Amino acid sequence: MTIVAPSLEIAVLVLGVLVLLFETFADQIDKRTFAYTAMLGLATVFVASFFLAPQATEVAGAGFWSFYTADPLAIFFKRFSLVTTILVLAMMIDYAPVVRDSIPGASPQAGLGEFFALPVFTCAGLMWMASAIDFVMIFVSLELVTMSFYVLVAFMRRNAFSLEAGVKYLILSALSTGFLVYGITWIFGVTGETNLARVSAALASPGVESAPALFAMLLVLIALGFKIAAVPFQIWVPDVYQGAPTPVTAFLSVGSKAAGFVVLIRVLQPFLVMPQMERLLILVAAGTLIYGNLAALPQTNLKRLLAYSSIAHAGYLLIGVVCLAGEAVVYYLVAYLLMTVLSFAVLVAVSKQTGDNIEDFNGLAQRSPFLAFAMLMAMASLAGIPFTAGFLGKFYIFNAAVAHHQITLIVIGIVTVACGFYYYFKVVRAMYWEAPSADGAVPVSGVSRLAMVAMIGAIVFFGIFPGPIVNALRP
Amino acid sequence: MILLFVVLFPIAAALAILLGAPARRTALWSAGITLGATLLLCLGFEGNAHGAYEMVTSFSVNDDWNINFALGIDGLSLMMLLLTALVTFAAVWFTGEIAQHRNAFYACLLFIAAGAMGAFASLDLFFFYAFHELALIPTFLLIGIWGSGNRVVAAWKITIYLATGSFILLLGLIMLYRAVPETARSFDFRVLQKSAILIPAKAQGNIFLLLLFGFGILVSLFPFHTWAPEAYASAPAPAAMLHAGVLKKFGLYGLLRLALPLLPAGAQEYNTLLIYLLLGNIIYVGLVTIAQKRLDWMLGYSSVMHMGYIFLGIASGTLVGTTGAAVLIFAHGISIALLFALAGEVRQRTGTLVLEDLGGLGKLMPLAGFAFGLAAFASIGLPGFSNFSGEVMVLFGTFRNGANPERFTIYQVATLLGLWGVVMSAVYMLRAYRAVFMGSQGESLSAVTDLRQGLRVPIGLLVAITIWFGFFPQTFVKLVTPTFKTYFAAKQ
Repeated sequence: MTIVAPSLEIAVLVLGVLVLLFETFADQIDKRTFAYTAMLGLATVFVASFFLAPQATEVAGAGFWSFYTADPLAIFFKRFSLVTTILVLAMMIDYAPVVRDSIPGASPQAGLGEFFALPVFTCAGLMWMASAIDFVMIFVSLELVTMSFYVLVAFMRRNAFSLEAGVKYLILSALSTGFLVYGITWIFGVTGETNLARVSAALASPGVESAPALFAMLLVLIALGFKIAAVPFQIWVPDVYQGAPTPVTAFLSVGSKAAGFVVLIRVLQPFLVMPQMERLLILVAAGTLIYGNLAALPQTNLKRLLAYSSIAHAGYLLIGVVCLAGEAVVYYLVAYLLMTVLSFAVLVAVSKQTGDNIEDFNGLAQRSPFLAFAMLMAMASLAGIPFTAGFLGKFYIFNAAVAHHQITLIVIGIVTVACGFYYYFKVVRAMYWEAPSADGAVPVSGVSRLAMVAMIGAIVFFGIFPGPIVNALRP
Repeated sequence: MILLFVVLFPIAAALAILLGAPARRTALWSAGITLGATLLLCLGFEGNAHGAYEMVTSFSVNDDWNINFALGIDGLSLMMLLLTALVTFAAVWFTGEIAQHRNAFYACLLFIAAGAMGAFASLDLFFFYAFHELALIPTFLLIGIWGSGNRVVAAWKITIYLATGSFILLLGLIMLYRAVPETARSFDFRVLQKSAILIPAKAQGNIFLLLLFGFGILVSLFPFHTWAPEAYASAPAPAAMLHAGVLKKFGLYGLLRLALPLLPAGAQEYNTLLIYLLLGNIIYVGLVTIAQKRLDWMLGYSSVMHMGYIFLGIASGTLVGTTGAAVLIFAHGISIALLFALAGEVRQRTGTLVLEDLGGLGKLMPLAGFAFGLAAFASIGLPGFSNFSGEVMVLFGTFRNGANPERFTIYQVATLLGLWGVVMSAVYMLRAYRAVFMGSQGESLSAVTDLRQGLRVPIGLLVAITIWFGFFPQTFVKLVTPTFKTYFAAKQ
């Protein structure tokens, strides 16, 4: 049995519509059923993605295939999005009581169905985005992702922070979308094309003026900078991350960022030959590293800390982008997915009982040793301790930087890694040194526990054997 | 296979303890079994004249980078393994009553030991580095949870220093890996040793500098030493024993294993810099040590100071000096472990380590006083103890480098200054001994009791080893010279 690539996205979209439809008419059922259904459906699609028919080469670049590619990078990120969404849904099941409390509605389960259905649409958008090789397609899929995030971020309608986050995200995202469209029109104006391959061919031809092309790329970069939270477009991140429902924050910081990087890798390739572009990116990467790490140092709220850490990791990823090290970036993203989602999963469990300040983790090792251990692994990986995926990610990135002689970025990278040890170990310290701030074990659902064990296992496994990830990228 | 067992068994034991096995018994048995297995390794070690690795086991981990989980030993790594096993055994035995989280404490100790074992037995750059870093979190927790005094600051300081040092080192290792043409690239020590001649001299200098600073931070090379005294003063005694005795030696081992043979031109280029810095260790830190008013700080600084001699051996550029450095690594590891263990016992009984408040403990704790005296003598470098043989070789070796009766070079000057360092260490060690064990005892100390009978075993073991190798240093010299000979043979 073979499957053509776009049918995966279509299947996910159909799944989302089905969940939404059934949810409307099923008042009596426990709404968590829909989350489990969605997870199961996405898992099926994930399995199906391994039976894809190889892309026919003769059709490449014509008709539909000038918008859409099914190269290994695209397939890989489809799987990436599916796994992320499944994990986020598992987290959402745990988080459902919190959401229910802050939604006005007659029935006790009002709103939960949409809460579980929307991530499926986001996933479809992420999957389209992974395959997009045309600026129009990039724009449309990006909007599909962003639209569902608008709703998800502001989902807890009675919670002022969530609403504030929603408004901030809406306005700034809309602004960045504006930049993107404007940039695309400039690119079209300069080259007369929107397909990435043809754009780069047009740019390489001698007749093209480089100044307007650079300006166009700058606009596109600004828009993508918002998505990946690179300095100076990171202002929205801490507030939105803190205000949004925690599973949505995890989704935002992993899914949205990964998609941004895939697009960045695809879009930048024709432009990186220009020296100005490289210098600009080095500047952005350096600024992101410094800002993210320094601002994370004094944080006392774990959600905010993770927000700044996500900015910091965007900096490391940008080092990889500057060095055109696609493999390093992809590996780092996978590591980032595992460790970030794991830390958010623990955060969801703990914050239900106490709160999401670092203080609330005090003495967690005595109350729930398993959760504390999961968090320890996440933090160790984020900081970059060997035998975790986070370390190997940094290893790949630094290797690429050494190969490209990016001395400035290497020096900044090493200083910021040291900063990282401080703020990640702050969490370890709270969990293991301090006296417990509350009594009793933290309840964790079976699904979450299973997901956490799987993520810990994956962090260690990929930290030693990166083969499955890097090989998946090769045709 | 035994080698694999020696590396993985402590990890397995630590995990078992975390999962609820009886902490002390499991830890002690596993440390004992590891020590036994290491002795078996010594028996099985053939010691060929070319310094080749023996008992190699290798599993491919990453085809892409050609990373293998490869273990193997030559004389130098065997010596380090033996040191690790001995100090771990003593440290676990010395662990007294733990007020909270007993299991976690023992598990952390065993993780540090496993990290050291793995690093010393690895033949692959990646695992060599990774195993050492494995010890970072346990160290942070050991100082943070069970430490005393200013433990929070100390734990942060050591963690951030070591993390920074490690990442500088990582950068150096990546550059080392990339310095040879693409086809010759490998993480394997054996391949590296063959392909190292392809590294251009300029690159050698840069890489050596990175390795020097990376390893230097890990070994508390002046001026990056400030984390060490504070951390050792705050750490619980077994953690200080393991860290100062074993884990810290990783940096020295790395310089001997990688920097000297692979980057001879780089080593030559920066030798003068290294000598200036290590004189900072010997002279400056030596003076600082004399000024200390607390026993634990004094020991911490003294361990920083003695690193200077090992660095001097590494910088000496002669076979004798380099061999002396290796012997001194072992000797210092044993003596400092004993000193920290006894200081920990004194703190447990008296509640203080301020030299002024102590005194006359020799009458109350004759066994501890006797052992401390021996360890102090060893640490000073009195003949008959293993430190002496190491220091003598280091100083002779350094003096001989470019020796010219007409004119002294930096090597001869460094030797002379180093000799003054011996005098300084006599001053602070003997003063501390007098202040703690001699003189009149304070009122508050009258209830102090001597060590438990059971502790005679680890003390006896460590003392016996120091004395044995003080009289028969050839055992180790024979073990490590084949390795070092290849370094100096390649040079000519």
